[in-house]
Amino acid sequence: MSDLVPAASLIPAGAPFPKAAKVALGMPQLRRNLAHATGTIRAKRAKVAGELDDWEALRDTAAAVKANVQRRLPELAVRFEENATAAGAVVHWARDAAEANRIAARLVREAGAEEVVKVKSMATQEIELNEHFEAEGLRAFETDLAELIVQLAEDKPSHILVPAIHYNRTEIRDIFSQRMGDAPAGLTDDPAALAEAARLHLRRRFLSSTVAVSGANFAVAETGSLVVVESEGNGRMCLTMPETLISIVGIEKLLPDFADLEVFMQLLPRSSTGERMNPYTSVWTGVQDGDGPQHVHIILLDNGRTGVLADEVGRQALSCIRCSACLNVCPVYERTGGHAYGHVYPGPIGAILAPQLEPGRHDDLPYASSLCGACYEVCPVKINIPEVLVHLRQQGPHGAGERAAMGAAEAVMARPRLWRTALRLARLGSMPWRRKGFVRRMPWPASRWTASRDLPVPPKESFRDWWKEREK
Amino acid sequence: MTRVALFITCVNDALFPETPKAVVRILERLGYDVDFPAAQTCCGQMHANSGFKKDATRLARDFDDVFGGYDAIVTPSGSCAAMARDQYPHLTGSDIGKRVHELSEFLVDVAGVEDVGAHFPHTVTYHPTCHGTRALGLGDKPLRLLRAVGGIDLVDLPAADQCCGFGGTFALKNAEVSTAMLADKCANAAATSAEYLAAADNSCLTHIGGGISRTGGPRPIHYAEILASTA
Amino acid sequence: MSARDEILARMRTALKDASAPPAVPREYRRALDLEVDIVAMLIDRLVDYKANVHHGAAAIEEALAGARRVAVPADLPAEWRVGGAEFVEDRGLTTAELDGVDAVLTGCAAAVAVSGTIMLDAGAAQGRRALTLVPDHHVVVVRRDQITGHLAEALPRLDRTAPQTWISGPSATSDIELQRVEGVHGPRRLDVVLLD
Ligand code: SF4
Repeated sequence: MSDLVPAASLIPAGAPFPKAAKVALGMPQLRRNLAHATGTIRAKRAKVAGELDDWEALRDTAAAVKANVQRRLPELAVRFEENATAAGAVVHWARDAAEANRIAARLVREAGAEEVVKVKSMATQEIELNEHFEAEGLRAFETDLAELIVQLAEDKPSHILVPAIHYNRTEIRDIFSQRMGDAPAGLTDDPAALAEAARLHLRRRFLSSTVAVSGANFAVAETGSLVVVESEGNGRMCLTMPETLISIVGIEKLLPDFADLEVFMQLLPRSSTGERMNPYTSVWTGVQDGDGPQHVHIILLDNGRTGVLADEVGRQALSCIRCSACLNVCPVYERTGGHAYGHVYPGPIGAILAPQLEPGRHDDLPYASSLCGACYEVCPVKINIPEVLVHLRQQGPHGAGERAAMGAAEAVMARPRLWRTALRLARLGSMPWRRKGFVRRMPWPASRWTASRDLPVPPKESFRDWWKEREK
Repeated sequence: MTRVALFITCVNDALFPETPKAVVRILERLGYDVDFPAAQTCCGQMHANSGFKKDATRLARDFDDVFGGYDAIVTPSGSCAAMARDQYPHLTGSDIGKRVHELSEFLVDVAGVEDVGAHFPHTVTYHPTCHGTRALGLGDKPLRLLRAVGGIDLVDLPAADQCCGFGGTFALKNAEVSTAMLADKCANAAATSAEYLAAADNSCLTHIGGGISRTGGPRPIHYAEILASTA
Repeated sequence: MSARDEILARMRTALKDASAPPAVPREYRRALDLEVDIVAMLIDRLVDYKANVHHGAAAIEEALAGARRVAVPADLPAEWRVGGAEFVEDRGLTTAELDGVDAVLTGCAAAVAVSGTIMLDAGAAQGRRALTLVPDHHVVVVRRDQITGHLAEALPRLDRTAPQTWISGPSATSDIELQRVEGVHGPRRLDVVLLD
């Protein structure tokens, strides 16, 4: 059995994407695991999305509904609050992560608890709720299988849907055997056996916990309802069994009407796990007498979202329903995994969301893309990710060297005669580095290209010369 | 005779004269009168996608000045056509992009031909470039044109829809990831045992060809050169 | 300023110059084509998700096979309580008591053929959420008139503000190498009995 080294710990903290990616590219097992997992899910998604002859119409509706939500956010948030409150929930508002964590910790204490069970939630990861709880002497137990794996491995999630996507079954078996106190002896790496071990490990905790923390996939303004979409039943356990339920919900999760679920609940499961419908969806509205938690709290979270809202092009990132389809098709994500992005939201959505949620901190991420557009093609809410990437590049800072090079190129290209002269010089300039009709090795910065690729030699006769000749 | 303007693109201007020559031959064979406005340089894509909006805007304006008088502008580059169509409206408010056609679009949609009378007795595999396929929506137009070529033996490229890793300055800024993507593309290309790897963009072909020249595999060729061939 | 007022103010400032929201197109389907046999489709999808399918009230006994003590909501129809099992009505069963039964038998609010989804909304013959969650085996009875083709047809049948559980097959996970494995925390066995 191998020693457990959390994958995230190998990536230097705060490293810019190209550096972090280089480290990840040097981990062959990680790359094999990612290629296998993303390949599997890509095929499944394509199959079930292809089953619906109105897939594109659904995407158009979803994109427009979300665009409306953004424009009507103040009105819908207040409406949600009114309806949830009328149904017996207590609604709190949090300007940032610290405030949300403070409120959540206070609620846990008021419920007389020191431990909570958690349903997988990106919002709670974003605000680092577990770490905050720990600092306050509280403990949060992740119950989603992949989150459990990551928590036991003391690692970080590397994918928004399958946080342990970077581990294969054998590695997961090792993590369970070494870190899960009650793991059965002789545990095999059969996925069914691993799931069974997790079931036994968590069952007592589910049946005895008094407080749960969740996020929500959707918050319906019309009814004040929250919706959680899941597979394993750990969500149902957390949402049903405890006395107190605290749900932390980003303000962008709002939907105007209950009937909008007919759109989003077709798109989300097919886009995320590649199923026609996920095994379990829970919908609850405030407190229900004699059924489920009798103390229901909802924390509406801003944490940078209103900043994103202000950007006419960038705000479409708030339409994201966290399906992770864009990660699964992204050729960059497939090769680097999630940790290289240095943010809880990795992949294409992370590359446009992280720099907007935390301005000035992730300016390298909009460049972590070849702009191939595979993400836009699959996004169920039609976020034009390449468009936002280019937009953010145009807003962000540029190094002096690059500024000079781009400026010089533009100056030449804006003057056709200079351009033609430059083309002639290029042929002469490449002389010293030519090998067999190719340019093989060039000094920095061109070496960034020639380190792995040859460059063709500029031609003897240009198109322009040829054209002039035949015009005579 | 209908007059069309040829936008050869800066990459072809600098490195690949055979591609625009091929476009001229195809269009003239089909009876078009081809014009080459000599003041053309670059569509501004590199600047726009690298975040240099001002520079890109100036180049976009120049493009309008040079090509504004033409009803149809043909270019052998999916990504330059996509640049004009998707980004010019935001940069300059110009809708000239509607008149810019990637070669296969022009042939299939405007000229209404699939068989351009070409002959190319070789095995060829085709890589659908990302901007051509996704941003421009070329679909299988280049392939339809290639299928009609006499003597050609087209073989499927495994994982064809995967990006080759070029992405403009991405290839420099994230050279390691770009190279990892390139390695897979080269391996897939080599696995076909084809003689040629065709695509609709010489920038991607420069990248793929630059890799293949080290690892071995099919020779990169712009599909326009295949369509121009009558040998 | 309270957090609430401040966040609402931030939203309004952010949207000050925003363009008008787009009209929402609704071109998608809201029903299946008439010729689709929705019962056959529901069965196909249930089986695909590894649920067991039975036909007729008499088959409830076979669906409950192996269960000695079966929890039921107090309003479960008498004609569904067939077979030799002991039926334990849920009149406030404790969690431990729920954990101690072998199966649970309920009805449902609606079913969706396209996705093989059974919907519970705490209405007639369904009981509270914990009842259908803690026991490891769930037998659910679906009447013919409860089957809809499409999700959009099923939603209006639900009590929107009642606690709902939409179930598509037994509990499952795809967390290990993206492969679906049935049976985690929810009932690991799902039997569906279709009534004509
Ligand atoms: S950006 Fe789109 S594809 Fe990516 S996670 Fe969000 S909704 Fe899914």
